[in-house]
Amino acid sequence: MKKPIAGGTNGAVVVALPHPRTRHSRGLTRFLESERLLAALLLTPTVLLLGMFIAYPFVSGVWLSLSDTSVGNPGHFVGLHNFVKAWDDSIFREAFGNTVFYTFWATIFKLVLGMWLALLLNRSFRGKRLVRASMLLPFIIPTVLSTFAWRWMFDPTFSVLNWLLYRTGFIVTKIPFLSDGVYGMWCAIVVNTWRGMPFFAITLLAGLQTINPDLHEAASLDGANGWKRFWHVTWPLLKPVTLVVVVFSIIQTFSDFQLIYVLTGGGPANSTHLLATYAYQIGVATGLLGEGAAISLFMLPVLFIVVWVQLRYLRRLEA
Amino acid sequence: MVIERPWKRWVYFYIPLTLFIIGTLFPFYWMLITAIRPDAELYRSWRAVNNTPFWTLHPTLEHFRDLFEKTTFPYWLWNTFFIAVVSTGISLFCGLLAGYALARLKFPMAGTLGTSIFVTYLVPPTLLFIPLADIIRNLQLGNTPWALILTYPTFLIPFCTWLLMGYFKTIPKELEECARIDGATRFGAMTRIIFPIAVPGILSAGIFAFTLSWNEFIYALVFLSSPERKTVPVGVVSEMIRGDIYFWGQLMAGALLGSIPVALVYSFFVEYYVTGLTGSVKG
Repeated sequence: MKKPIAGGTNGAVVVALPHPRTRHSRGLTRFLESERLLAALLLTPTVLLLGMFIAYPFVSGVWLSLSDTSVGNPGHFVGLHNFVKAWDDSIFREAFGNTVFYTFWATIFKLVLGMWLALLLNRSFRGKRLVRASMLLPFIIPTVLSTFAWRWMFDPTFSVLNWLLYRTGFIVTKIPFLSDGVYGMWCAIVVNTWRGMPFFAITLLAGLQTINPDLHEAASLDGANGWKRFWHVTWPLLKPVTLVVVVFSIIQTFSDFQLIYVLTGGGPANSTHLLATYAYQIGVATGLLGEGAAISLFMLPVLFIVVWVQLRYLRRLEA
Repeated sequence: MVIERPWKRWVYFYIPLTLFIIGTLFPFYWMLITAIRPDAELYRSWRAVNNTPFWTLHPTLEHFRDLFEKTTFPYWLWNTFFIAVVSTGISLFCGLLAGYALARLKFPMAGTLGTSIFVTYLVPPTLLFIPLADIIRNLQLGNTPWALILTYPTFLIPFCTWLLMGYFKTIPKELEECARIDGATRFGAMTRIIFPIAVPGILSAGIFAFTLSWNEFIYALVFLSSPERKTVPVGVVSEMIRGDIYFWGQLMAGALLGSIPVALVYSFFVEYYVTGLTGSVKG
């Protein structure tokens, strides 16, 4: 088969001449001339992989959630038992509440701080490229690894944040960052915000850069101050990209696992579990595959609504 | 632009930006300083008078030495790298072909397929890890790199397809038509005209996919079990905490070294990465 030209600079020249090798494989060539057949051929690897490792697991997950399967035990159909059992479980309810709470606050903080940072980065100043590049670091560095740094900063005995607050006179005793459920949840929100805010900032910055500066010029000539210019000029133009970023962030935050797994492990006393970490604890650590699958499927309605909003919005854009 | 007084520039610009920079980068600084600080200094009471938390006068590499002598860290690095490269390659291949088909070819169900690939893009791994673990077990792939190489494309392909589809749509159709008039086959026009032009898009998708697979955690945690088979994130979590004891120096050394490859790739291709990032959310 022909290989794509790596450089690409001389591609046009090569094709301007009829290629000798194409004559040899007449049958295949004619086959590929049909748009439908070519499309089928090009889509096969993707459809196979996604079907095998997304669609099939999804169906299999629904089946698992309706059965009492555990590791080493094939399991029988039990109807909605797992869902009812989860709903009656106080830890599950707390995990569900935590997930909503965590998603809500983290998304708001990420949006506000990300927007602010984007507006700052949209100005011209020296070293802008370097600053912009380094601002994305929390998003690049594997979450697990950076969360360990935060865990160490929140350490009950050796926390640098406690030291800082103590020395500056804000506190007289240590703050129990991760050894208290309420503090723990807020710490997780802080870390999630720290990690996700650059994503907001950079995508919103890309949106800001498409806004014509003349609009701001005109608005300020008309006497609009900074806040008014943001609210009446920038924000309406930025709304579409903001909605998309928020949808992505909600999905990722709602289904978050690694951050809580490393930061608190769901503790103390199961008070900071999210749906994903609780599903892991039941499904993998305990081995109750059916119940674990049911718990993670509780994410589906929320994800469904979010995806539906997104698709509807995309359709409206296309129309 | 609007003219600003200096004090306003400080209050509205320099000070907030500085705070953002400190807040963003401090954890990395803390990682570094912890990794090179001797244990005697690490575990000093937070109220001790001689505590100098923000720097150290006795930098040491003992934690890095321990990392290489007492753990299988080099294996983790290699595994992570290998898995990230191969799964990125597979995803780019699939995404390139599928993205082209969806952007350029007319066939029944094109819209439905496009939408379903987009929907899979939004399916989080945490929704599927339990049934997938079962499937991986049944396929006898548990505890092999193939478990990850085959499953990472599930979140990489939709992204690559989406990004490249958008990229292909920006390439004028006339280019292909000219080539076809000059005698190129449809397949030839695709591989020899369109793909070379799409190299920047491919690079963006590749860089982004590479960082995503380097970052992946839950599949690696569930599918791998022997210490020398693990990836960096899983190895650091599961092999470096013995009992309840955290060896913070070693942990931070591992976190630092595990971050450097991906940070390097990123720093060389910042612009491509940003294109990938912003393209990943574009409708």
